[in-house]
Formats: sequence, structure tokens, C-alpha cells
Amino acid sequence: MIRIERVSKAFGGLQAVRDVSLEVAPGSITGLIGPNGAGKSTLFNIVAGLLRPDRGRIYLDGKDITGRRPYELFHLGLVRTFQIPHELARMTVRENLMVVPPGQAGENLLQSWFLWRRVRRQERDIREKVDDVLDFLSIDHLADERAANLSGGQKKLLDLGRTMMTDARAVLLDEPGAGVNRTLLAHISEAIQRLNRERGYTFCLIEHDMDLIARLCDPVYVMTNGALIASGPMSEIRANEEVREAYFGGGGARMGQAQ
Amino acid sequence: MELSGIAAYLVSFFTFVGIYGILALGLNMQWGFTGQFNIGIAGFFAVGAYTSAILTTPESPWHLGGFGQPFLVGVLGAVIVSALVGLLIGWITARLRTDYLAIATIGIAETLRLIIANESWLTNGVRGMSGIDRPFSDFFQALGLSSAMGSLIVVAAFLAGVYFLVERARQSPWGRVLRAIRENEPATEAAGKNIGRFRLEAFVVGSAIMGLGGALYAHYFGFLSPEAFLPLYGTFLVWVMLIAGGSGNNLGALVGAVVIWTIWSGSEFVMSASLPEGYGGYAGPLRVILIGVLLQVILIARPEGLLPERAPQAIATTRRERARQQ
Repeated sequence: MIRIERVSKAFGGLQAVRDVSLEVAPGSITGLIGPNGAGKSTLFNIVAGLLRPDRGRIYLDGKDITGRRPYELFHLGLVRTFQIPHELARMTVRENLMVVPPGQAGENLLQSWFLWRRVRRQERDIREKVDDVLDFLSIDHLADERAANLSGGQKKLLDLGRTMMTDARAVLLDEPGAGVNRTLLAHISEAIQRLNRERGYTFCLIEHDMDLIARLCDPVYVMTNGALIASGPMSEIRANEEVREAYFGGGGARMGQAQ
Repeated sequence: MELSGIAAYLVSFFTFVGIYGILALGLNMQWGFTGQFNIGIAGFFAVGAYTSAILTTPESPWHLGGFGQPFLVGVLGAVIVSALVGLLIGWITARLRTDYLAIATIGIAETLRLIIANESWLTNGVRGMSGIDRPFSDFFQALGLSSAMGSLIVVAAFLAGVYFLVERARQSPWGRVLRAIRENEPATEAAGKNIGRFRLEAFVVGSAIMGLGGALYAHYFGFLSPEAFLPLYGTFLVWVMLIAGGSGNNLGALVGAVVIWTIWSGSEFVMSASLPEGYGGYAGPLRVILIGVLLQVILIARPEGLLPERAPQAIATTRRERARQQ
């Protein structure tokens, strides 16, 4: 579904991503792990259209999408969330979700002024979709709350909800579990799994929580110092000496824990 | 003051409130909704005023035209020309963020004012343009109303129309995208919105509304000179009105126009009555200080303004909500 071909990116003298190629298969939940500074987020930002790669191409369903703007990628069915939740703080949770659906007639000012009935009809459909999403994520009680008032974990859920308001097929999740308590984390991972199984979403996610990766992802790619060093199912990754060395300083303590 | 004097004062007072209310609504679209820091309001105000004046005054050797067109043609021309100026500036500054946009807009507004002051073939320069007719004065005279009262009615009608359109824009999905851009550009772009397009539209529509305010000012006041478009009157007061009233809230913009215009024009009386003889020249600067201090107090005590922004009422209800209500 997403194919990254020999992508490199440098910031000044720092080679953030070196010659990385990887593939996110349709219907998969692909994991991307690696220590801080490994270049995962840079790679994400390149795929999501926020950065241009120095070299290499990105394909979505065989179509070259290198250098496309984020809003163009959205319309091609590729959406993302951010490591730090990007909620629309002074808008309600409901508005945060309602803003997302593409093709709203009312986004044309003249239609909003002069074709109000049509805009209202569409608005009703969108509100109903929002209700479904809020139910799915069990945050319907927060619908009219300002997004600024949500907890960190709730904001992560809201981010996930925003991706559900689209007809996206491929979703990039940047650390969906960061700073989220255990209960909410289980909730988030269940939502990801259900979206994958029931609605056919393809996910690619960056995550530091090995539990979450082990539970959700297959395959898993490992990056260090901008380069890809391993890939495969989590069980293989755990056994890989190079990964242990690079990622866990040889100790592998956290890996044992994750087991 | 006798009764008719008070009445005349009130007519003038509310006409200015109406004109400033329109300017504040235009700014609300740019700043309140979208977060665009336009401190060149005076420039758009001036473009609208001069456009309408040139279109409607009788032919004159002192400036371009005039073309002797009816009032409504002048207003329409003012809206179109200020929208085009907004389009040009918006297009040039499209990629600029708030503080850079601010510098660009004040520079452009001052440039426009200097053009007006110096290109006398166009505007009669510093000597100004006079003889701009009040709207529909014959019609109002036939109804037994003064031309000033007629102006007030026309301004009020335009204000109502602008308020309706701007409020509907706020409630609409279009306005929702603008507020999303204000809150977080990357998230809005990640939600598939072409933020450049929305920002440009908001800037152009806001500019057109300011131009309309300028045209109404020209036809009420009857005389234009570059002095009237100093940043103090054309820009600063409008900003204080919007911030005091509540940016993002259209009703707040109007409340701000009433409150600040009351204080601004009221302070003129108070100053002239209370300053000792020989100190009259300090009245103007003292009033500006007063408004500046007031702005600080508002920003500390009520940073969201008298009427803080609220999420718009839902424009449609869902099945579930209807079921709950029954």
C-alpha cells in the first residue's frame, strides 16, 4: 500500500534518514521502532508530505506521491496523527471531528451563504457520523467539551477519531500510546485493532511501548541512526542480536519484560 | 445642549458606531476566525472610501473622475476594488505567519495612505475630496428625514446585512475550517484542507467588508482627506473594539464598537471640559493614552473580551438529538 524506496534526508550535517526502503502491506499494522533520534519521525514526516526527501520516492498504491502536500495526500487516502496531539484547542471535541470530512459543500463560502438548506442537510449527516465515532471510542460524554480540556490520552483518542472521520485507507500513527495511562492504552490499541479488522484500515505506527508493538504489529521495522537494520515479525526482532545491541544496549531487559 | 442638538449628536454617534462595527466584523473574519494579524485596516478603509468617492462625485478637474454614478454603484465598486487589493496583498503575503503578515499589512496601508496623499491627479492629495453625497437624500427628504438620519438608516441596513453574512460564515463549515486553521495549521492541513485557499478567502472577504465600511464613511462624512486614514483612527481603534468586545464573537465585535466609541468620543467632551486653559493641545494624545490603558486593562482582566467566543450553535440536529428532545 505504501512503498518507501531508498529515501534519504539530511538536516545540515546530520543524516537523519539513510537510504531507507520499506513496505506497508495493505491490511497490515506495520510497526516502526527504534531509539530516540533514529529518524522514525523524519521518515513519517517525509511520507506525510511535511518534508521533502533529498533522494528516493514514496508510492501509495503504486502512485508516486513524493513531495505532495499533506492535504493532497489526505484526498488520496493517506492520513496521519502527530506525536504530540494536535487538537484544535478552543473548539469542541465535536467540532474537532466535524471539520475533517472531505467534500463539505459548506466549505464553499457562497454555498454557505446562499445554499443554506443543502449545507444543513450535509451537516446533519456529518454530525451523525461524529456520534458514531464518539461511541466507538467511548468518549461521547466529551462531545461538547473544549478539546483543550481533555487529558493527554483523551487527545490521542480524539486524534484517532479524526482519522475515522475520513475515508482514509492508510493511517500513519505517530506514537499513539505516548503518555497514555494503561487503561486508556488498552482502549486505544483495541480501537486500532478493530479499525484494522472491521473497517480494513492499514496502519503504520511508530511506538516505544514494546507491549503495544508486540500485540498489534506485524511486521516490525527497526531503525537506528537513520538506517533500517531489521524487519520481520516481533518474535524475530526480539531474537535479532543487532537490534538488541543497537536498541537496548545489549541488555534486552525491556524485551524480556515485554514478554 | 438642546434636544435637537442631542438628537443630531446621537445620529452621528450611531452612524460612526455602525461604520466601526462593520470594520470590526471585517477584522473579526480575519483575526477572530482565522488568526490573521492585519494591522493595515486603514488601508482597506481608505481604498473603499476613495473608490466610492471617485465613482459617485460629479466630474471634477481636481481628481480622477468623478464619474457621477449612483451611491450603490459606488458601494459595489468600493467592495470590488478593496477585495481586489485584498486579493493582491493576500496572495503576496499568503505564506506569511501572523507577525510577518502584521508588518506587511501596516507597510502596505501606509503606502496606500502616502499614495493618496501624493497622487493628486487621483485623489486631489492632501487637499482632499469633497462633495460626496449622502445616500438617497432625496428619498429620505421626501419622508421628512434629514440626510444624516438617512445615512444612519443606510449604515444600519448594511451593518445588519454584513452581520448576517459574517455570522452565517462563522456557523458554516467554512468558518469551522478558518477556526481550525487559527488553532492548528498542521492539523488542519492533515485533515485535507487547503489552508492557503481558506486564508486567502478570509483575507479577501474581510478586506471587502472593510472597503464597504470606507464607502459608507465617505458618504456620511462627505469629505475625505488622507488624515482620516491614519493608523490611529482606521486601525488601532478597530483592534481595540474587537479585542474589548471579544474576538471570534460577532456580537462581541459590535458591543466593542459601541463601548469603545462611547469612551473615545465621550473622552473628547470630558477632556475639553476638564483640561486647564492652555492645555487643550494635550487632549488628543491623552485620549489615545486612555484607550491604550483601557486595552491593557482588558487584556489583563478579560483577555477573551466582554463576550468571549463560544462554539456556534449546531446548524443541524441529528436523529438522536431529536429523539432525546421528544
